[in-house]
Amino acid sequence: MTAIDQNAGAPTVARRRQPNPVLAFIRFQPLGAAGLLVILIMAAAAIFADVIAPYDPEAIDFMAMLTAPSWEHPFGTDAFGRDIMTRIIYGARTALTIGFVSSFVGCSLGAIIGVSSAYFGGRVDLTIQRFIDILLSYPIIVLALVVVAVVGRQPIAGIDINLILAIAIPIIPRVARVVRSAALAIRAMPYVDAARAGGYSDAHIIFRHLLPNVLAPYLIMLTAYVAQAILLEASLSFLGLGVSEPKPAWGLMLSGDSSNFYQEAPWMIIFPGVAISLTVFAFNLFGDSLRDWLDPKFKT
Amino acid sequence: MSSATLLEPTHTQTAPTAPLISVEDLRVEFSTGRGVVKAVDGVNWSVQPGETMALVGESGCGKSVSALAVMRLLAKPAGRVAGGRIMFEGRDLLTLPESEMRELRGRDISMIFQEPMTSLNPTLTIGLQIMEPLKIHLGMSDEQATARAIELLGLVGIPDAERRLGQYPHQFSGGMRQRVMIAIGLACNPKLIIADEPTTALDVTIQAQILELMKDLSRRLGITLVIITHNLGIVARYADRVAVMYAGRVVEEGPADQVFGAPRHPYTIGLMRSVPRLDRPREYKLATIEGLPPNLLAPPSGCRFAARCPFRIEKCAIDPPYHYAGDGQRSACHRAEELAQGLAEQTAAVVAGTVGQATTEPLLVVRGLTKHFEVRGRGLMGTKGTVRAVENVSFSIEKGRTLGLVGESGCGKTTIGRTILRLEEATGGEVRFEGEDLVTASRARMKALRTKIQVIFQDPYSSLNPRMLVGDIIAEPLIFRRGIKKREARERVAELLVQSGLYADMADRYPHQLSGGQRQRVGIARALAMEPSFIVCDEPVSALDVSIQGQIINLLDELQERLGLTYLFIAHDLAVVRHISHRIVVMYLGRVMEMADRDELYAAPLHPYTQALLDAAPVPDPAMERARQPRALTGELPSPLAPPSGCVFHTRCPMASAECRQTVPEVREIRPGHFAACIKI
Repeated sequence: MTAIDQNAGAPTVARRRQPNPVLAFIRFQPLGAAGLLVILIMAAAAIFADVIAPYDPEAIDFMAMLTAPSWEHPFGTDAFGRDIMTRIIYGARTALTIGFVSSFVGCSLGAIIGVSSAYFGGRVDLTIQRFIDILLSYPIIVLALVVVAVVGRQPIAGIDINLILAIAIPIIPRVARVVRSAALAIRAMPYVDAARAGGYSDAHIIFRHLLPNVLAPYLIMLTAYVAQAILLEASLSFLGLGVSEPKPAWGLMLSGDSSNFYQEAPWMIIFPGVAISLTVFAFNLFGDSLRDWLDPKFKT
Repeated sequence: MSSATLLEPTHTQTAPTAPLISVEDLRVEFSTGRGVVKAVDGVNWSVQPGETMALVGESGCGKSVSALAVMRLLAKPAGRVAGGRIMFEGRDLLTLPESEMRELRGRDISMIFQEPMTSLNPTLTIGLQIMEPLKIHLGMSDEQATARAIELLGLVGIPDAERRLGQYPHQFSGGMRQRVMIAIGLACNPKLIIADEPTTALDVTIQAQILELMKDLSRRLGITLVIITHNLGIVARYADRVAVMYAGRVVEEGPADQVFGAPRHPYTIGLMRSVPRLDRPREYKLATIEGLPPNLLAPPSGCRFAARCPFRIEKCAIDPPYHYAGDGQRSACHRAEELAQGLAEQTAAVVAGTVGQATTEPLLVVRGLTKHFEVRGRGLMGTKGTVRAVENVSFSIEKGRTLGLVGESGCGKTTIGRTILRLEEATGGEVRFEGEDLVTASRARMKALRTKIQVIFQDPYSSLNPRMLVGDIIAEPLIFRRGIKKREARERVAELLVQSGLYADMADRYPHQLSGGQRQRVGIARALAMEPSFIVCDEPVSALDVSIQGQIINLLDELQERLGLTYLFIAHDLAVVRHISHRIVVMYLGRVMEMADRDELYAAPLHPYTQALLDAAPVPDPAMERARQPRALTGELPSPLAPPSGCVFHTRCPMASAECRQTVPEVREIRPGHFAACIKI
């Protein structure tokens, strides 16, 4: 019997609608709000890249090769004289789209598989879980490489679907495993029994009663894997298997010529590196706060 | 204090002079995200040496918090003592330095918690956990501590103590663990033991054993006992004094006889009336205390019970002072004198006749129902075992009536409910609903039948989807099963909410914004939305507070009458089952022990198990409790993995003989309509 019990026993105050959810979020989740701010800035940069960026990301300027940061080139230039700030701004576009889309695809499929596995149980569960075991036995980057090898490197219809698949597929088993364990607990809840006693279809029960209740781990993983996916995209690009030159991508900016010149021109790797870390960190902060925020028990 | 011996009382029961412990004007606050909760607001109580005192009240009334404050174990930093004194042997516990307090805890004052499953450390042996306080507080050597631990286990009735010292908590049953907790509590010969709901998690027959043990030990060793409980029966059986708490305050205190015999506070009166009682004729309707306890974030001024009080007068807007009567009885009510002179009698509930006895055709017939669970032992090659959860159970329920299914945990009563609902597949037997066998019904057919058979679960906290609004929870069956359009469903939801005793605007709330009783009403509304003819009620009131229990039982009663519903009412509380059921089935370890109509069963129980169950249930009347000699069942519930041969009850039966070990008794009709499974009858 603690303070929690005290609250449970007392009648709840009538629900007050938060006047402004944005202000409330900033007030109660300051760290998450900071993360969100960074994400929003990145997103704005990605959307308005054409307006904001001072140069053309692919414009080569042999007169300004490897110049140090200056008023003209705040983040310096690379070996082709391309403006690094411009390329980081355009790189946000690549990073955020591929990062978000592949994380969303991977986590959503993983969640559905994990919840179904827990809901049906028995042999279905056993089969799915052993298959997941196999996928989990490959490191994430190796599995991504295999997918790239199978799907090929060329963008399909102008979109990097191959890259998205390569990043999403390794995410699926990881999310499925975590969501399954959360769903197993939900599966045993009386309200799921009540739904079964109500005679609803399996899909209805999974989508209405199980999935919303594994939202917390799902959202955490969604945001964490956006970060992971951005890293993975960067790694694949670094290895020359992701986005290909001359398209601007953060990972790509770390590879190639940067490895030859980073001692003389450290800005070539510092700024893309900071962009990657900052984005990853921002997504993690935001993810944690979002989970708390979306839990109805934390409200009022 | 260096070497304590057991049977030598450290302090004898002499004429009460100074209280051993007195709590004076204690205030405890918890800061929460929503503000400061004054969980305990100016509480006074004291206990004389050797006395047993009970703190009674419903959840959230501050009874546990005031006990935790005595131990200085409030959850920090949220909880803090805002004022008052706690005098123990002349010292104020609240001002002691932490090091002295630590010495006191476990040595002079020890505490027994509610949950024996979680209050022992699962990674340490029982022996280590009993010896810990002995070594720390009394500085005993290993040998001394071991000897004392063996002595203690013997004292709390754990046989084969030497061997059991080396075992881990999971090797003990719930009742045995609570005995171990008591042994730890007793280890240093404390002067005061605080027991917080010590038997709430246990079965009735085990509860009786544990309470008997505590009472006996406290008498023999002269230990002062503070029992915190919500069960008035326990208070009546064991307490010398009672303090009734409500909304952070003591509303009435006094000797148990006085408080029970001539209560002087409307809340005490209401509490006693709202419990269904085994010792009184069954009332048609349970008296209830309407409404809910006040929110302690913003407690009302004046009398805190006024909003729910049937005797409210204008003066109640002023905080009532204590009115003292003889024998140290006091109550915080302006009308205490009037109440003592019988003001409450006029509002006593009507004792009405029985519900219509017209027998109709059975709606549900269960025949030879059997459910076995396969369990695997540890490891890849683990031995397989079979849990015989339900073994050859037969009964039938007539339309518009209620069948009560009683038994202790593990008796298979819940499994029967789940098998009828086809949440579990039966191993054998049949369940005929309106003549149709549910066990063999196809998936599609079962889906169609599910609108007619509904369920209400025990735990109002987990039986509602926390992510759905109340309105959506109730509308779901309407929209997805009964094809009602969304707009009409909304209106119907409002009707259902009102029918279940809630307000229509509660549709926009989340379950966690409602109280336990309100949630249970939502669960009922959800079941009713299907317009079922049959509802399985699986312990629907056992998680609720006494005053709320009565409200829900009355609601179920009313709905049955109005809608002609048929209930299978699963419960462990004999008094509740008696109140609501027409016919009762008593189960033990997966088998039916006895089956009879309500009045017949309670008036003339045939089976020794039923008799023991009725005996073990304490009645809220101290005079009666003292007069009778409860014959507590000995022994533990056997494991359903390896049930005893012959009659499953023979290991605990006072009448058992060699024959009982061999023959499985059949369920025989001993009197017309009265069945029992015992060869001795």
